Amino acid sequence: METTNNTISFNRRSFIKTVGLSTGGLMIGFTLFEACKPDSKVLLDLETLNYKDFNAFIKIADNGMVTIYSKNPEIGQGVKTSMPMLIAEELDVPWEHVLVKQADLDTTKYKGQVAGGSQSIRSSWMPLRQTGATARQMLINAAAIKWGVDPSECYTEEGIIKNSRNEKLSYGAVVSEAALLEVPENVKLKDPKDFKIIGKDIKNVDIDKIISGKPLFGLDYKVEGMVYAVSLRPPAFGQKLVSFDDTEARNVNGVTDVFQFGDKVAVLATNTWAAINGKKALIAEWSSDEKLMSTEEHDLELTNLFDSDKLKAVRSDGNIDRAKNSADKVIEYTYEAPFLPHSCMEPMNFFAHVTDAKVELAGPIQTPEGTARQVAGLLKRDIETVHLALTRIGGGFGRRLIGDYAVEAAEISNISKKPVKLVYTREDDMAGGFYRPIVKYKISAAIKNSKLVGYHLKETAVGSSINKSRASYFPAGCIDNYKVEAAQLPSEITTGPWRAPVCNFLATAEQTFIDEIAEELNQDPVKLRLELLEKAKKNKADLEWSPERMIGVIKLAAEKANWGKSKEGVYQGFSVYYSHNSYVAEVAEVVLKDNKPVVTKVYCAVDCGIVVNPLGAKNQIEGGIIDGIGHAMYGEMRFLKGKPQSLNYDSYRLIRMMETPLVETYFVDSNEDPTGLGEPSLPPVGAAISNAIKAATGQRYRIQPYLKYMEEVIEVVS
Amino acid sequence: MPTYNLNVNKKNHTVEADENMPLLWVLRDLLDLVGTKFGCGIGQCGACTIHLDGVASRSCLMPISSVGDAKITTIEGLSEDNSHPVQKAWKEVDVPQCGYCQAGQIMTASAFLEDNPSPSKEEVRSAMHGNICRCSAYNRIEEAVNLAAKM
Repeated sequence: METTNNTISFNRRSFIKTVGLSTGGLMIGFTLFEACKPDSKVLLDLETLNYKDFNAFIKIADNGMVTIYSKNPEIGQGVKTSMPMLIAEELDVPWEHVLVKQADLDTTKYKGQVAGGSQSIRSSWMPLRQTGATARQMLINAAAIKWGVDPSECYTEEGIIKNSRNEKLSYGAVVSEAALLEVPENVKLKDPKDFKIIGKDIKNVDIDKIISGKPLFGLDYKVEGMVYAVSLRPPAFGQKLVSFDDTEARNVNGVTDVFQFGDKVAVLATNTWAAINGKKALIAEWSSDEKLMSTEEHDLELTNLFDSDKLKAVRSDGNIDRAKNSADKVIEYTYEAPFLPHSCMEPMNFFAHVTDAKVELAGPIQTPEGTARQVAGLLKRDIETVHLALTRIGGGFGRRLIGDYAVEAAEISNISKKPVKLVYTREDDMAGGFYRPIVKYKISAAIKNSKLVGYHLKETAVGSSINKSRASYFPAGCIDNYKVEAAQLPSEITTGPWRAPVCNFLATAEQTFIDEIAEELNQDPVKLRLELLEKAKKNKADLEWSPERMIGVIKLAAEKANWGKSKEGVYQGFSVYYSHNSYVAEVAEVVLKDNKPVVTKVYCAVDCGIVVNPLGAKNQIEGGIIDGIGHAMYGEMRFLKGKPQSLNYDSYRLIRMMETPLVETYFVDSNEDPTGLGEPSLPPVGAAISNAIKAATGQRYRIQPYLKYMEEVIEVVS
Repeated sequence: MPTYNLNVNKKNHTVEADENMPLLWVLRDLLDLVGTKFGCGIGQCGACTIHLDGVASRSCLMPISSVGDAKITTIEGLSEDNSHPVQKAWKEVDVPQCGYCQAGQIMTASAFLEDNPSPSKEEVRSAMHGNICRCSAYNRIEEAVNLAAKM
């Protein structure tokens, strides 16, 4: 989930928006401040207040109530709460006076409207604070003009401008004038010690709507006259549509239209159920699947690639061949992980209405700008005529970085000339994936005089591959002779980013291997990691990550988990990883129940710089850990001649409540700028549990899903 | 197509629908009650959970013709103002991440607590085991159910 640099450009034109300033009128009968008291009898309908646009992000009502637009897609990572917090902090308004709204795609107002790579907060940290601080300064300047005083004699307190003569004006009283003033440059930002909102536990801004079932998500989006569409797609990757018979489909009550587009057939109906049934009634003939690959073949081909000339060096330090040749011992193990679907709870869906004049799109998408451009390209329209409204998103995990389903909705609307909601059934969703690639890592270590002197990692995968940046994560910089190589296996099966791309299994393989080295050296695995990091301190210039901060989380996790001193019958495993600019160390605890290992608890130490919203941050960390355990234990998508073999949750297991361990999360106290949180707790957990399971059972799990080993155990026991 | 009289959230509705249409799609597409969510369509994930005469039921597997005069409660009808103890607890604990599965979780939890007002920790975990949360907010779900039981 890489993103480009998303800084927000500041210029006078985008900042000042005078539209809507002419309508005035103060709210009469009560003041906002009374209405916001906890015991207020006045019910505020915040959405109906008389707001005035201040800039692309801020509207202020006559009574001082503030609307803040959240520009990035909300996929459950919490940015719809945390990004407006940054603006509100510097604008200096009480959080209780803030109403948050989701911004539509608008490339003239906003940049970087993307949810990916855990970069939303990191890239918005300064720009959004500057937005708030600049607006605050303009409000002060407007009040100063009214009072005939110098702005330096004025200050703000919770949405009120005050001066040294004890005069007061609310933001709402000067917003019209303020919005027309010259935009000041280089405004001063708050000292972090003065933060009143950042660093506080703030609840999800959509909580009331979520718990009462209000329409929020893409699947909830409706317009008058809309029809529902379900598509029949080739059952196997690489298959083509030869012919189809739609006689029965057209007889289904509610079906209004059936047509082919590309290798797919769309069924349109007055409701979703009829569209699903219409699709089931289609009889289609597909091209031969004879030459399409099955998972057994992927498996074999990936193993063969390790010894092929397709391997390309990604990073090379020292001389790994010499280190291996002169070593006392070389150890080598292979780690393997399968394809994974994303399984977002809200299946893929999108609304599209294509008319001659414009294209209206609405739905759940992590990449609204790229997707709108794709639609514009497909329909040969000017990008300015494509409007995309963002809905709340029922899970992303990387799947919704790819807008194939939005493009498909536009295609269907363009052909049918109707407003269309395209809906994937769960089966469509699981069969139409951009899966986490199947991947193998063969790692070897050269040991001489009881020291690690060489490290050699080879990756073979379908689709995405380790890049230079990831090849430079720990343990790069810690070992003199270090080499990473990678080779790719081409496939018809579409792959794509999946929560913490590449790292999601790279970390498992490497952090398990570090424990295997520790075993070989008869050394404590935490001590070995700390020792390696001492070496990395000397090579810092070459690394994008900080060995000191990694040492910090290792020590914190070890201390909180009482590393090395666990209770009898409780077995611990350690893991640490740097990704998405954050540092996460984890200690997993495993006990044996009926001779089977069960993960009961995970201790987690995180250094993500300043924690903007601890309440949301903790949720992200816990979610990433439990998600990581679930997929390490159970997740696997297999293919038979290009055809996905698990199509719903009866044949694809996701982690559930009774398998969920306790999680204890600790954040490093930090003044560093904030970094990623949606992904970095997931990569280390696979190894934390495999290392704990090794301690508990003596068995080393190197192939995911780990459940396979447990089924073997059951067979042996029974 | 046949006509059905449904009692949803204490209001009567008349709908014309195929007899096999699951209640889920009747609620979402015909009655505009979109709080009840589509997750899997085969009763495995629990996103579509509603109350049928107070019993937690999977609406994705329930043909409209089988509902009869049973009283249907959806998330929209759980309370007028988010004052149901489970909703209050959900807000207090700040459970959701993406939020999509939460209506089903809340409907499962509220029916369960009606039957078992003082559950043990294991009973809570077992009662909620049928509802998938892909964001894995399970520990907060468990905490919120336990909190609601005390309200």
